[in-house]
Amino acid sequence: MQQKTPAISLDANDAFSLGSEIRVQNVSKSYGAEHFGKQVIRNCSFALERGKLTVMIGPSGCGKSTLIRLLAGFERPSSGTITVDGKPMTGPGVDRLVVFQETALFPWMSTYDNIMYGPRARGQDTSETRDLAEMLLEKVGLSAFRKKYPSQLSGGMQRRVELARAMINQPNVMILDEPFRGLDAMTKRLMQEYYANLYSEFRRTTFFVTTDIDEAIYLADRILIMTNIPTEVRASIDVHLPRPRHVENITESDEANAIKTQALGLLHEEAMKSFVRGSKAAADFIEAYSKRVSQG
Amino acid sequence: MNRGVATALKVTAGFVAGEDWWRGIAAIFAFLIFWEAGSRSESWLGFALPWISHIPPPTAVLQEMIKLVQDASFWQSAFLSTLRVFEGFFAAMLIGIPLGLAMAVSRTFYGITFPVFEVLRPIPPLAWVPASIIFWPTQELSIAFVTFLGAFFTIVINVVGGAQAIDVRYFQAARSMGSSTSDIFRRIILPATLPSIAVGATVGVGITWAVVVAAEMISGGGSGAGGGLGFFIWNSYVGGSYTQIVAGMISIGIAGYISSAALRKVGTWMTPWLTEG
Repeated sequence: MQQKTPAISLDANDAFSLGSEIRVQNVSKSYGAEHFGKQVIRNCSFALERGKLTVMIGPSGCGKSTLIRLLAGFERPSSGTITVDGKPMTGPGVDRLVVFQETALFPWMSTYDNIMYGPRARGQDTSETRDLAEMLLEKVGLSAFRKKYPSQLSGGMQRRVELARAMINQPNVMILDEPFRGLDAMTKRLMQEYYANLYSEFRRTTFFVTTDIDEAIYLADRILIMTNIPTEVRASIDVHLPRPRHVENITESDEANAIKTQALGLLHEEAMKSFVRGSKAAADFIEAYSKRVSQG
Repeated sequence: MNRGVATALKVTAGFVAGEDWWRGIAAIFAFLIFWEAGSRSESWLGFALPWISHIPPPTAVLQEMIKLVQDASFWQSAFLSTLRVFEGFFAAMLIGIPLGLAMAVSRTFYGITFPVFEVLRPIPPLAWVPASIIFWPTQELSIAFVTFLGAFFTIVINVVGGAQAIDVRYFQAARSMGSSTSDIFRRIILPATLPSIAVGATVGVGITWAVVVAAEMISGGGSGAGGGLGFFIWNSYVGGSYTQIVAGMISIGIAGYISSAALRKVGTWMTPWLTEG
């Protein structure tokens, strides 16, 4: 088989375009002095499979952001290993791209310049990347807003620019830290659809963090349920719902409902455990999940 | 990023035409009428109002100014002051911006320079006048140096503050998209600091005008015809021409306003993302 250049290939069936595989093995992370510090992540092990969308769900403030910084390479684990395609990870890299919780678009650049930031940074301002930028602009419905600055866009539009800005780099791994947090319900739903379409189009290994169980089921190939601090993987649930998914179908799907019930049960258990331990975070945890449990 | 800067720039951009503009004009006219009446209170009201009756009335000042604008030596003075302001201001920008950026970027450099900077900063520029007369070979240079100091500290403080306030997520985002250090400097740090540079420049040039006039008064204003507007005012005082004093003051006010407005325009033009919307 002839090897294709992985750089600018958009074919979702091309094995090279599916991205990397990341393995997290027995990773712990503490802050502060060795024995007196606060352990945020404890003995965490999971894998991000090639081309799969893994959604991590857990209460806010449970150490998810720390885990993201570890995966991005901004920080190093206190113990344990993280490997990318079998090789130990050494630091931040262009192969792993983070889309942050709040928009980190550059305010002084237009939509188009923001999207082209990555290619230009790597000296790839070519007709190919420009075409790709056009295509992404269209995909996220912002062709008419190419010359606008981020401050001239709505919150939902900004997130879409951010997604496009990340996608154009075709990272081997995309890491999304609650990318739709703080959007109103309508916009959020729209964003999830945009994102699901983008994902099917440019399938890559993806790590998606959220606190929203419906969002998790709608997007995920696999859901990781985390415990409260110190964070460990509580359960891993595979989602086999066929793509493309529609919110309406999911509401009626038995599998989806079973997953939801199971996930909420686990999350609630975690909440109760923390509650008994009397941590302050537990109160938030209960508050966040009691509502959902009663619905589910 | 900086909402305060954004609104400040927006307000000035919208000020040029509109209700506020007319309000401003009306206020100036009201002030002039009050001033005229006060100055002429002895003949108009039959008794002299305290203080204000000693000031020449605006109509007399206007007559004086009409005379002055036809006088080549007045323009020579105005030109000399403007030149000194420009010299000092551009030197301050040229040295202040790189210094401020270096202080913001390098912790080591910051550690070395900041204490020195903070000790020198509170010294008023005018306190430097005697020292700079002794230090610099020519009168011209010592005035330009004092002018430079006036703008320099303001510009540096603004640049350092602006560059240090850049959101760390911009750096993380740039890094993870493959930016090199020089790329980050050119495409992140520089544009992110531009609004602060613009503010520093606008404030700085105002200080420069304040300082240049005082420096000219103290140092005697150089040789030959016209030693700048500061010397012009001082000379008018010595010569007892009160209308000329006020006319000189007003011309400085106008010159300062024009410089600040011009710099604000440049600032708005260079930071379109703050005002477009």
